[in-house]
Amino acid sequence: MPTADRNGLSRRAWLAAATGAAATGLAMTRLDALKAAPLQDPPGQLPDPTKVPGRFVSEVGRRATGEQPRRLVRTLALSSSSRTPIHELQGTITPSDLHFEWHHAGVPEIVAEEHELLVHGMVDRPMVFRMADLRRYPQVSRICFIECSGNGGGAYSRSRMPTTITAQQLDGLLSTSEWTGVMLSTILREVGVKPGASWILAEGRDAAVMARSVPLDKAMDDAMLAYGQNGEAIRPEQGYPVRLLLPGWEGNAMVKWLRRIEVGDRPTMTRDETSRYTDPLKDGTARQFSFVMDAKSVITFPSYPYVLPERGWWEIEGLAWTGRGRITRVEVSTDGGRSWTDAALQQPVLPKSTVRFRHLWNWNGRETVILSRATDETGYVQPTVQQLWDARGERTSYHHNHQRAWRVAADGAVTFGLGDLL
Amino acid sequence: MKRQLPCLAAPRRPRCDAGIIHSLLVALAAGACASEPPPADSERPARTSELSTDAPGLPGHAPERFGFGADASPERVALWDIDIKPDGEGLPPGSGSVADGRRVYEVSCLQCHGPTGTEGPNDRLVSADEWEQWPPGRAVGMYWPYATTLFDYTRRSMPQTTPGTLSDDDVYAVVAYVLHLNGLVPADAVLDAATLAAIEMPARERFVPDNRTGGPVVR
Ligand code: HEC
Repeated sequence: MPTADRNGLSRRAWLAAATGAAATGLAMTRLDALKAAPLQDPPGQLPDPTKVPGRFVSEVGRRATGEQPRRLVRTLALSSSSRTPIHELQGTITPSDLHFEWHHAGVPEIVAEEHELLVHGMVDRPMVFRMADLRRYPQVSRICFIECSGNGGGAYSRSRMPTTITAQQLDGLLSTSEWTGVMLSTILREVGVKPGASWILAEGRDAAVMARSVPLDKAMDDAMLAYGQNGEAIRPEQGYPVRLLLPGWEGNAMVKWLRRIEVGDRPTMTRDETSRYTDPLKDGTARQFSFVMDAKSVITFPSYPYVLPERGWWEIEGLAWTGRGRITRVEVSTDGGRSWTDAALQQPVLPKSTVRFRHLWNWNGRETVILSRATDETGYVQPTVQQLWDARGERTSYHHNHQRAWRVAADGAVTFGLGDLL
Repeated sequence: MKRQLPCLAAPRRPRCDAGIIHSLLVALAAGACASEPPPADSERPARTSELSTDAPGLPGHAPERFGFGADASPERVALWDIDIKPDGEGLPPGSGSVADGRRVYEVSCLQCHGPTGTEGPNDRLVSADEWEQWPPGRAVGMYWPYATTLFDYTRRSMPQTTPGTLSDDDVYAVVAYVLHLNGLVPADAVLDAATLAAIEMPARERFVPDNRTGGPVVR
């Protein structure tokens, strides 16, 4: 069996020979995997799988040796993040072990059998639910994305616009799963919400006791208490044994390891809805409770550090999503934004979920900048960074959903290209 | 009761700590699977549970209450009801002075937030600049709209590696000290529930609700 090292080496060698690209240590192409495979494993080195029996069945499967996508860890700290390798994934579902993380005091160890959810405040009957109770309520599943509202902040500063940034580094605080659980409205009906209530406070059982206020309207609309993720129990990093799910809203508000819901008539003004997750604007105000994630798209291929080894037919692809319903259109430009073409949207296009778009492109080998822009069902068009600067100022934070761009150089090397358009 | 026991849905099997109850449930479930006549509800027109992409609500024949879960006594609620509202609701009895807060700070906070609350390595606790500037301005003094949040957050989340170890008096004291470092209370201030909730933070009026609505306008 070839080691990962040997794979890497021969790919690099092939790439260097084929493209002459300089920084080939990082370079990857879709094509090189195809063409390099026969080179790196000449017959005789690996046993012919048609001549030797394979391995036995196993209790838990594993990835192919040559396919080892990894999250990108920011720093090893209690309050830190890791990002989903969106440039290496296919389709829309994020494998659960690659779902992005953002914790404020690490991942707590919780035994589901001991876990309790307290629901109280402006309710007729304050109640405690164990997981067995929650699992017994009518169940629902839905596919939706979770995105941190800080995602994409790495490409907002005019003076520090990056070029060598991967889609994972820039937008990897985005993941999509099939979530299973009980509608929060079902639980709120059980406890009986009193008239006059308008907010809930959701609180976690981690060492930060993370807490966020959420309008009751959202809680009664499509909020879920999720205990399942992609067919199995929700992962500890995503809030085991139960998290709040607020489809289409910023990830921070979807409190993980949920232990308490307090129904009230005003927000609590926790640190994470005042000091953080608020958006200072150029007029001297700060936007608060900016929950909804607006329409956004990003091309994941070709993107840095991929290299296109030759001109010709390439499929541009990426992800688009909106917290306001469905994506209705994704356009792609291959000439720096001068002209736009509708990309194909992979069906089904689910509300508040990611959709994969594709555009078949015949690259003529000349340097260019490629972009995508998404439109959602409200008629909102993913803005340019200039539009966001005009609306909010250049020193705002969070909700950086502007159009992304990649520069494809004549030698096929791809870098982040937004700076080229400014 | 019996008809609600799932027969086949293993993942939703009630998990019981008590072995006896568990075996009882298993026995009931087995019985229900083998011999129970279809529940009366099945006489209602069947409701197709299609895999809806919009989160579905409850079926029309769902009861007003299921009765799962247990009532929470006021004592049980009090055990976890720790949040502080911006008007001071939830603030505990007790008090603390800036002077005491300095001692708490030096023992419990300084190593992560620096000798004057500006040096790090972790978040600055003292604003040194215009509020728009990040990060020097966007700290407690120039950015936080409510002083109550400082009590709430310190008590729930700090010190990061030993959260929940400070007494309420210590939290009042260290909050007073951090506010003093930000120039918001004098050196001889003593904070309690009433005086803390009465503090008006400079950034209070700056916070506005989200005005993004979707549609063609970029905000
Ligand atoms: C072991 C390191 C550590 C210690 C000790 C510590 N903190 Fe912190 N503190 C942090 C980290 C890390 C953060 C940021 C957490 C996050 O964003 O998730 C933080 C954030 C804060 C914030 C929020 C800052 C902002 O602007 O949002 C306050 C306030 C704070 N700490 C106060 C204190 C006080 C008061 C103490 C002492 C009682 C203390 N901290 C002790 C590490 C520490």
